[in-house]
Amino acid sequence: MSNATKTLVLASAVATAVAGLTTSAAAADVKCFGVSLAGENDCAAGPGTTCAGTSTVDYQGNAWTLVPEGSCETMELPAAADGTERAGSLEALERDLPA
Amino acid sequence: MTVSQSDFTASMLDPAASVPSGLQNPDGAAASKRFNVYRNNVAVSLSDALETAFPVVRKLVGDQFFRAMAGVYLRKHPPKSPLMMFYGAAMPQFLSRFEPAKSVPYLPDIAKVELALRHAYHAADTKPLDANALAAVAPDALMRTRLKIAPAIQTITSPYPIHAIYRANTVADASKPIMQPEALVVTRAGFDPEIHLINAAAASCIDALAQGQSLGEAMAVADDTLDLGATLGVLLAQGAVTEIY
Amino acid sequence: MLDVSNHTSLPPRPGVGYKPQHYNDIMRDPGPVAWLEIHAENYMGDGGRPISQLRHLAERFPVSVHGVGLSIGGEGTLDPDHLARLKHLVGWLNPASFSEHLAWSTHDSHFYNDLLPLPYNAATLARVAAHINQVQDTLGRRMLLENPSSYLAFAESSMSETDFLRELVQRTGCGLLLDVNNVFVSATNLKTSPQAYIDDFPLDAVGEIHLGGHDEDEDETGATLLIDSHGKPVVDPVWALLDYTLAKSGPKPLLIEWDTDVPEWPILCAETERAAMALAPA
Repeated sequence: MSNATKTLVLASAVATAVAGLTTSAAAADVKCFGVSLAGENDCAAGPGTTCAGTSTVDYQGNAWTLVPEGSCETMELPAAADGTERAGSLEALERDLPA
Repeated sequence: MTVSQSDFTASMLDPAASVPSGLQNPDGAAASKRFNVYRNNVAVSLSDALETAFPVVRKLVGDQFFRAMAGVYLRKHPPKSPLMMFYGAAMPQFLSRFEPAKSVPYLPDIAKVELALRHAYHAADTKPLDANALAAVAPDALMRTRLKIAPAIQTITSPYPIHAIYRANTVADASKPIMQPEALVVTRAGFDPEIHLINAAAASCIDALAQGQSLGEAMAVADDTLDLGATLGVLLAQGAVTEIY
Repeated sequence: MLDVSNHTSLPPRPGVGYKPQHYNDIMRDPGPVAWLEIHAENYMGDGGRPISQLRHLAERFPVSVHGVGLSIGGEGTLDPDHLARLKHLVGWLNPASFSEHLAWSTHDSHFYNDLLPLPYNAATLARVAAHINQVQDTLGRRMLLENPSSYLAFAESSMSETDFLRELVQRTGCGLLLDVNNVFVSATNLKTSPQAYIDDFPLDAVGEIHLGGHDEDEDETGATLLIDSHGKPVVDPVWALLDYTLAKSGPKPLLIEWDTDVPEWPILCAETERAAMALAPA
C-alpha cells in the first residue's frame, strides 16, 4: 500500500467507526457482573477445624488422583497443539506435579 | 520457648509438620487442634479467594479438582500483597505447568481472561473521548495521531476459542465452541467489564495504540486481516479511547 | 482531592460492616444504622464501582476504615507500599475513624490472609508500639487497635492481653476497638472470665465496639473451641456481655460485623435494631 492509500484506508476506517456509533449500539457481548464481588478482604476466621487446611492429599504430588471433570468435558475441542491428547478427555494422565 | 513467625508460617502451610512447641491450650498442653484453626483459615480463605476470582476455570475443571488445585497453588504462590482482589496473578503460568490440568490446554488463557476482567473492574475511571474529535482530524494528520487507551483495556490472543469457551460457560444457550484461534478485548464502558471478540490482528493493533504508537504505526503492526473500522468502532463504543494527541 | 466526608467522628449509635450487595438497601433505608465500616483493602484499587460506591456512601454516612492487612504485629517492617496505599485512602476519604488489629498476617513478604496471634511480652510490646507510632505518624491521626480472638496461648507470654493493650495506649496514644465477641471467644477458648477481662480493660480508650457471630467446635480434649467466623447472628451471652460492658463504659459506636454467609439486608438490619436497644435501654 502506498502512503496515500493507507491514509485513505485509515480515514475511511475512522469514518466507519464513528458512523457506527450513531447508527447502532455496539454488539452486545458478555457482561461480567459476577466480578463485582471478587476477592474481598474481611476479618472473619475460616470454618474452624474442617480438614481443608490439614488434608495432605490436597497438595502432595504423589497423592494426586483427580482429573478435570467440569464443563471442559462438554467442550469437545480437538487435540492440543502437540496432538497427543484430546482436550478435556478423561484419558490417563501424567500425574506428576511440578516440583 | 519462643515461636518465631517463620516457625509459625512453616507449620501453618504444611499439615505434616508438627505444631510449634510453645503454643498451648489453657491446660498448658500442646495446642495441636487449636493450631489447625489457623491452618484452616489460611487454606480456606485463600482457596475461597481463588474460587471467586476464577469462576470459569473452576466450572471447566469442576469443584473438586479446582479446590485441590487451589491447595497446590496457595502453597506455591501465597499472596505477595494484602489486596485479595488481585490474588492469583500467577495462575496462567501455574496452570500451564500443572500436569494434572494438561488435558485442558486452553485453561491458562481462560485464567488470563478472568484476571483481565478483575483488573478492568478495579482500573482507574476515565472519561471517554467524544468520537467527533477523532472524526474531525484531517485525513493527512490521522496517520500521525495517537490514541490514549483507558487502563481497563486489555487484549488476549489464544490458539484456542477463548471467547466462545468463556461465553459457553457464562451465557445461557451460548453456542458450542469450535476449534479455532480467537482473540478478545476486555473493556469497561461503565463499571462492568465486558469482553468483545476481535482477531489477533486487531489485538496487536490495540496493543500498539495502548503503547503510544500512532494510528499509522498501529496499522502497520497488524496483518491484512485487520478490520480497522470495526476495531476502532469497538474502542470508541466502549469508551476505551480517552484522548487523541 | 475533594474531601467527601464531613463526618469527623463516629456517633455512639449502631453501625454495620458494609457489603456491596447491600448498597441499594442502605441508601434507601438504613434503619437504625448511623455509620458504616469498610475494610480498607477492598478500596485500594484505582477506580471502578467500589470507589464510586464508597464516595456516595461517605456523602451520607460517617465511615470507619478498618484495615485487615497491615500486619501491625509482624516481626518485619511494615510494608511501605501498603502503608502508602492506606495513606492515600485515608487522605481522600477522611474517614471518621481508622482501626487495625493486634495481629500479624504478613511474613517474609507473603500475606496469609488471616489474623495470626502474638505472644504478650516486652519484645512484642516494643515492636507493636513502634509500628503503631509509624502508622499514626504516616496517617497524621490517632488509630484504634482491636483485641483479637484467641484459639491458643503462647508459653512465652508474660503479660495479660489487657495489660498489653493498656501499655500500648500509654506508649502510643492510640485508642482501642473493643470486640466483645472476641472477648467472649477468647475467654471461652482459654477458660478465663470474660467479665474479668472487661473489668480489666481500659474502657476510657475505647473508640468503637464490635459485635459478630461465631462458630462452635471443640478441641481434641473435648473443650469448647469457638471460631470467630462472622457468619451468624450475635449469640445471647455476647449481647449480655455487651450490656455488662456498656453499663461500665457508657454508649459507644457499636458495629455489627457479618462477613461470611452474608444475609439479606433485613436480617442484618434486625441485628442493628437489637444493637440500638442495647445502646438505649428502655
